[in-house]
Amino acid sequence: MDFSYNGEDAVLSDINLTIREYDFMAVIGPNGGGKSTLIRLILGLLKPDKGRIRVLGERPGKLTQALGYVPQNVHTNVDFPITALDVVLMGCLGTGGPFGQSRRTRKECEKDGLATLEHLGMTKHARKKIGELSGGQRQRVFVARSLMTRPRLLLLDEPTAGIDSGGRRDFLNLLQTLNKDVAIVVVTHDLFAVSGYVKSVACVNHRLHYHPQEELEGQTLEAMYNCTVEDVCRVQVLAQGLPGAGLKRSGDADGNP
Amino acid sequence: MEILKYEFMRHALAAGLLTSIICGIMGTLVVVNRIVFLSGGIAHAAYGGIGMAFYFNWPVIPSTMGFSLGASLVMAAVTLNNRQRADTVIGVIWAVGMAFGIILVDLTPGYNVDLMSYLFGSILSVPGSDLMIMGLIGALILFLVVFFYKELMAISYDEEFAGLRGLPVRGIYFSLIAMLGLTVVMVIQVVGLIMVIALLTIPPFMMEKYARSLGTMMAGSSLLGVCFTMAGLYLSYRFDLTSGAAIIMVAGTVFLVTLGCEKIWDFRPRTKTVHQHAGELND
Repeated sequence: MDFSYNGEDAVLSDINLTIREYDFMAVIGPNGGGKSTLIRLILGLLKPDKGRIRVLGERPGKLTQALGYVPQNVHTNVDFPITALDVVLMGCLGTGGPFGQSRRTRKECEKDGLATLEHLGMTKHARKKIGELSGGQRQRVFVARSLMTRPRLLLLDEPTAGIDSGGRRDFLNLLQTLNKDVAIVVVTHDLFAVSGYVKSVACVNHRLHYHPQEELEGQTLEAMYNCTVEDVCRVQVLAQGLPGAGLKRSGDADGNP
Repeated sequence: MEILKYEFMRHALAAGLLTSIICGIMGTLVVVNRIVFLSGGIAHAAYGGIGMAFYFNWPVIPSTMGFSLGASLVMAAVTLNNRQRADTVIGVIWAVGMAFGIILVDLTPGYNVDLMSYLFGSILSVPGSDLMIMGLIGALILFLVVFFYKELMAISYDEEFAGLRGLPVRGIYFSLIAMLGLTVVMVIQVVGLIMVIALLTIPPFMMEKYARSLGTMMAGSSLLGVCFTMAGLYLSYRFDLTSGAAIIMVAGTVFLVTLGCEKIWDFRPRTKTVHQHAGELND
């Protein structure tokens, strides 16, 4: 799968990636390497120039409810007059009806939303205004929103940016719990922080190199543990240059959770 | 209440109430979507419609409404995909619409006395027929906002997410701007097109911090707007002032005073903690 924003400079080329069920994947890479672009392609917000993306065998954007998305910009719009619970209830939108009305009644949805918030340890913050919450709490609210449709794959874009290390650990523990039911892809700068949690790593720097679970076990994980993102990605670029290493077959990218 | 003896005063009160409520509702959406400049653009471009009404001898409200709807849809199309650079184009439409109206009025034979009333409002001379049209527009806007409340909230808060969930984001955005165009026509009657932005933005801005939902923000802004309009109307009646300007002055004064009080209030706890720390250090 290839992609470029203006039809000239390719942001992503020769991408081939399959997301397995119950995977917990970290997408790492330098700034401008195409990490967020990859997520937006899977979501169907962008269309690939070449190649094909399939989500559970369907075109992206078709099965919107199978994908949960936690955007990068949860820190904007904090003055907006909305409670945490109302943000979560937005997750019920567009689950049926020609005008995007929700199929579930408001009561059912609210009960569901409160249960999800409780699951994330956020019950006492449900009626607070979104701007009154801390960054980590707000992040949980957005995770709760994305969980409202019971997705099969959860995509998070830089979820731990701006959260202190304690909060980050709590948040990653939470993701690990959620991972029992749903595949998770998390875009991050900080491989060090997520290394104890993820099952696989995809390194994106215009091209993509995927380190599956087996490869990460033992030595590789330890080797990467002390490396920065750039170090790992340099290894990836080298690997692509070697015949037989790195990418398998280019052309298709499957997003089958 | 001797003030209610006069029919024009009863009309003025009804028009003021109606616009305040609709301004509270639409103003809330304007403030949270950060399209204040765009609404100012629509208001001023609407003058082109007034010019056309004079030149072609059309009824004023329908032709203003048509022109303002047209201008608002053009602005919606321009701002849809390019929010950052849209301000330039809005500025151009703002000025050109206004210039178009002025030139048409120039070309109209005869002297037009009540031209100023469209710039600064003419709440004291609202005829019953206009009141009817305003009521209908108000009812339509109220119905749309109540019916599409969740959708409007979703695209206002997180457009990208709304789009992912399959909401017709573009359609809702266009409808929002079109509703704004209708609102502007209503408000021009009361405070005039120059001061539309004030009535549209001051009450919601004051409410934003205290409201926990768009609904309460809308209700609170409407209530504030009603108070401002009534107080302004009374002052204009009592001291023989231009009604539109009196309304805006009341709103502006209350706004600045509250803002000042809030700043002082915010400052208070901080000084207290400083003293506490100072005390700890002394111990």
